[in-house]
Amino acid sequence: MLVRLAQTYPRLGDIEYNFEQCLESIRSAAGDGADLIVFPELALTGYLLKDMVSLTGLRDDDPKITELIDLSRDISILIGLVEHGRDHFHYNSAFYLEDGRLAGRHRKGHLPTYGMFDEGRYFAPGNRVRAFDTSFGRAGVMICEDAWHPVNPYILSQDGAELLFVISNSPVRGMRESGRFQSVENWQRITSSYALLYSNFVFYVNRAGCEDGISFSGSSHVLDPQGELTAELPFLEAAEATVNIDLDELSRARIGSPVLRDEKFLTSLNELKRIKKESFGD
Amino acid sequence: MNSNESKKNLLAINCPEVLQVLSTFIRTEVHKTGFEKVVLGLSGGIDSSLSAALAVEALGAGNVMGVMMPYHSSNPDSLEDAKVLAGKLGIGCRTVEITPMVDPYFETCPEISNMRRGNVMARQRMIVLYDVSAETDALVLGTSNKTEYLLGYSTLWGDSACALNPLGDLYKTQVWELARYLELPERIVSKKPSADLWAGQTDEEELGFTYEQADEALEQLIDCRIKPEQLSARGFDGDFINRIMRMVRQTQYKRHLPLIAKLSNRTINRDFRFPRDWGI
Repeated sequence: MLVRLAQTYPRLGDIEYNFEQCLESIRSAAGDGADLIVFPELALTGYLLKDMVSLTGLRDDDPKITELIDLSRDISILIGLVEHGRDHFHYNSAFYLEDGRLAGRHRKGHLPTYGMFDEGRYFAPGNRVRAFDTSFGRAGVMICEDAWHPVNPYILSQDGAELLFVISNSPVRGMRESGRFQSVENWQRITSSYALLYSNFVFYVNRAGCEDGISFSGSSHVLDPQGELTAELPFLEAAEATVNIDLDELSRARIGSPVLRDEKFLTSLNELKRIKKESFGD
Repeated sequence: MNSNESKKNLLAINCPEVLQVLSTFIRTEVHKTGFEKVVLGLSGGIDSSLSAALAVEALGAGNVMGVMMPYHSSNPDSLEDAKVLAGKLGIGCRTVEITPMVDPYFETCPEISNMRRGNVMARQRMIVLYDVSAETDALVLGTSNKTEYLLGYSTLWGDSACALNPLGDLYKTQVWELARYLELPERIVSKKPSADLWAGQTDEEELGFTYEQADEALEQLIDCRIKPEQLSARGFDGDFINRIMRMVRQTQYKRHLPLIAKLSNRTINRDFRFPRDWGI
């Protein structure tokens, strides 16, 4: 399986430009024989949208979505965008498009609204965490902050996910005496833990470039089901790379270290129910 | 003060990574506005020297212009240091004396204090810089660091005026560290910081504490969110911490655009919220 990681640099709020850039990447990846292309969170709009959220949302029947769906007959596409829901609310969403249909939709559930983040002000939160079937196996999608809540990859892996996708817009921050910026280091800690603990492939695709003085770190990467880093894109700069994935790694990893097999799902559920009862009543 | 070593480590930075971010910041934010060049005031001090060096990393020497704007009482060494730096970086530079611009005003107010004189000079330099930026199709690059911003140790709409600023999230001690990494002339790195408003003036004498002391305290108070009373318990001088906090609070207005009286349902920047990069 050939996966193209598209570490893009969108123009803030310029949906026409970003869409054209994405089309170019999709066609080029398809031409190179890639099976799937993964774009970052909000790849069609950029991040610091503020009041532009309501100006850049796409409905399911938007011609741009239709065009992406058409292209998905040649190559599967995972892309982040502002979704204008049927309820008229806006969601920070990821669409997984394959074989001419919308095969998976994830709405970001954890909207960071603290420190430098203000997403809860503009977006409605998603309330579903579900894996879905693709041509390559069962997949689960998290958008940036979603991945900071370990219950999300837990649910996705219990729902059968073999491929975990984390698409993000992570700003560079946290200077240290040596080594990488704290934010970059943290991401790799998180993604490698999930790959290792849930014996999944993890595809982390982050954006590049600057908006209003904030720099996005890039450093997209792929981890195999043993938690080993198998590919990494450059820091800060826009870049693309194709990664060759051997799906048999899943079997080898899960046989060698069957932590996922030995997960006690019902025990977890029972304990969660007990906590629910004790904390919130029946 | 206790645990000096751990405090020192907190302020230490990974220079190559920071350089990469700042260089990308300058390049992308300048280019996306349709500009290619920046102009900045060169005082011969560490901040403007570092800003200039970062701009050269980002845009190339041919796209950076330094403007030296001495007043007749400025230390001649400052002008010399600025020229040496411009030569070393290979950037274009010009000298614009501000004496004939500000002296006629000073003559109208003979009782003017040193502080007022300093502010007038800083704002005159801003006028020159913004005019040179219009003349040369360049953006004004800022040179204020985080310590100055937090302490309010700058002239509002004067030296703080700029289109973009690569140093605003680096404390003075971090500015020194990055300047050494970029091998700026030792004379510039090691000289005592001065606003050079009058002969013999130094920042640290005027402030009454050193930048190392201020940065250690600010790093704890701002970045680590340690409360002033907790810092006193950790061996910091309580009066000093209170004084620093007072300076930060009292100069909050300098870090904001002017207040707008709210009347409508959609007031600029309150409920009409767009990023600055919206328009480009």
